[in-house]
Amino acid sequence: MAATTALHRGARAGAPSASRRTGLASHWLYALTFLSAAGVILITCLIFLQLYWNSALARQKFGWHFLVTEVWDPVNSVFGALPFLFGTVVTSAFALFLAVPIGVGAAVFLAELAPRKTSNLLTFLIELLAAVPSVIFGLLGIFVLIPILQQFVVPALKSVLGFLPIFEGAFYGVSLFSAGIVLAIMIVPFIISVSREVLLAVPRDLREASLGLGATMWETTWKVVIPFAKRGILGSIFLALARALGETMAVTMVIGNTPHVQASLLAPGYSIAAVIANEFTEATGDLYLSALIELGLVLFVLTIVINGAARLLILATTGKGERHA
Amino acid sequence: MKTSYLIAAMLAVFTAGPSQAATQITAAGATFPYPMYSKWFNEYHTLHPDIQINYQSIGSGAGIKQVTEGTVDFGASDGPMTDQQIAEYRAKRGAGILHFPTVLGADVPTYNIPGVQAELNFTPQALAGIFLGKITKWNDPEITEHNPGVKLPANDIVVVHRSDGSGTTYVWVDYLSKISPEWKSRVGVGTSVNWPVGLGGKGNEGVSGQVRQVPNSIGYVELIYAVQNHMLYGKVRNADGKFMKADLNSITAAAAGAVRNMPDDFRVSITNAPGSATYPICSFTWLLIPDQIKDPAKKKAITDFLHWMMTKGQDMTAALSYGRLPHPVVAKELKAIADIH
Repeated sequence: MAATTALHRGARAGAPSASRRTGLASHWLYALTFLSAAGVILITCLIFLQLYWNSALARQKFGWHFLVTEVWDPVNSVFGALPFLFGTVVTSAFALFLAVPIGVGAAVFLAELAPRKTSNLLTFLIELLAAVPSVIFGLLGIFVLIPILQQFVVPALKSVLGFLPIFEGAFYGVSLFSAGIVLAIMIVPFIISVSREVLLAVPRDLREASLGLGATMWETTWKVVIPFAKRGILGSIFLALARALGETMAVTMVIGNTPHVQASLLAPGYSIAAVIANEFTEATGDLYLSALIELGLVLFVLTIVINGAARLLILATTGKGERHA
Repeated sequence: MKTSYLIAAMLAVFTAGPSQAATQITAAGATFPYPMYSKWFNEYHTLHPDIQINYQSIGSGAGIKQVTEGTVDFGASDGPMTDQQIAEYRAKRGAGILHFPTVLGADVPTYNIPGVQAELNFTPQALAGIFLGKITKWNDPEITEHNPGVKLPANDIVVVHRSDGSGTTYVWVDYLSKISPEWKSRVGVGTSVNWPVGLGGKGNEGVSGQVRQVPNSIGYVELIYAVQNHMLYGKVRNADGKFMKADLNSITAAAAGAVRNMPDDFRVSITNAPGSATYPICSFTWLLIPDQIKDPAKKKAITDFLHWMMTKGQDMTAALSYGRLPHPVVAKELKAIADIH
């Protein structure tokens, strides 16, 4: 469902505004769609308010220190969000670092270079990948990915880049590194699938004009098609990022669930969604519950901030792309 | 594609429809005894088709919360309710709550040391030292001294613990608190704690998976899980100084050892129980039953079920690897059923 929203965003870049078109539709349809849209906003606001109210106890007790405290001690009721915030941001950023080049590259291949039949078949498979439950990715992470990382990838990385602080220390398999890779595998289908649709929506005449002017296939792709579709591609990336930030099951299975801030990617960590899922059911005591809910609030605000920043980035960088439309 | 799931789910809900059962009872709580409870509730429904008990294994903490809010007829927990929780219950529901032990479970230390296939002997000091991060090598004298003939390597120990809040953790740290004053003051007891060292695995499968994958690691899992998965696990020295392996007999012995000090409300920790045949890291799991049930049909159904569970039901425990209650505890509980009004 989320994929289609972004798709429309991309495809509609430049369509006449919706309000002008409603004159054709009945007022009933207008009311109905308005209510649907309002419902979404209402739900978002209610979630925020619920999180805000129910975290009152923890917010009063810890204040802003909550965000910079590294201790999470349910027995002595000392709670801080820093290790979880750190783990969430680091794994998501690392996942994007891996997934964006692969995802956009694959989308370009499928939309521009591959024969239509191959492209459709591959896209079907990729969309299947997007429908795989996250617990399956977690299990694959534990039983397939981690052994490979332990035997081949990490020793190689350490021998070449071991001097960097981010590849320091012992590797136990479960780590920020493994979580980032699993997340990357999970979000790549979103980037490919949405970016491909956006690239396919680029008008044919633009391509033909560019080729007609003597540009090569590569030049046409990189200088004409991609800039035109940039906004949609960025949209797909931020959709993927939102998924990575909130992913729970797969992350908790491979991240190590250790609430410490460590510079090394090979060290175990923790994420906000994972700690909520892990501890919520057994959380007893009002302050403990309230602190977990405040973590939810932190994740909510983090998502809003990142999405907001993404919007600004899109606005700032796509001025050129818009002019074509 | 998500819509189709939704439709399928809705269909499932609507077509399931209301059951013909005259008395519907809902309960929620602990996940550890869930296989046993689900078997009991099923069997009981077969014997008494007019009574259906629906149990949701949502976790002990959530079970306590739901029974306190009055959204379920009774709860279940791996740890007894605290005095504060009971006071809160009384304030909200205007009645008391009773604890009924149902079965016994145990935690066992499981490890993966390359080249070691022996069942290791662990002293309480060794376990506390390892989990506090003070004993860091497998060839520490505290371990080697009690394992003659086993060649333990000089490798660093990697500790694995549960990351999700759980009764299993509660029992493990409750034991460590009893045998180590430092653990008690530095870490304490809870379903989740601030671990001094180690990696967190989600669920028994998460812990055992990490122990299997990380060489030189040690973790703890439920006895049932270790038995069903044919895992290697160690013996632990009990309060009488004997190294005991956890099995159905040694955990029932632990409960029997604790009978002498059994309080009337059954809220008792039986870790480190006395007796030479006891395994020291085990615990009851409890049903949390309100002491006033207004609906007479529900009251009859619940009290009848409790009676059946403590007599006939106990014969089914061994098949699922749960420890059965010792006779003196059953006798005491049968008397306590009369406290439900």
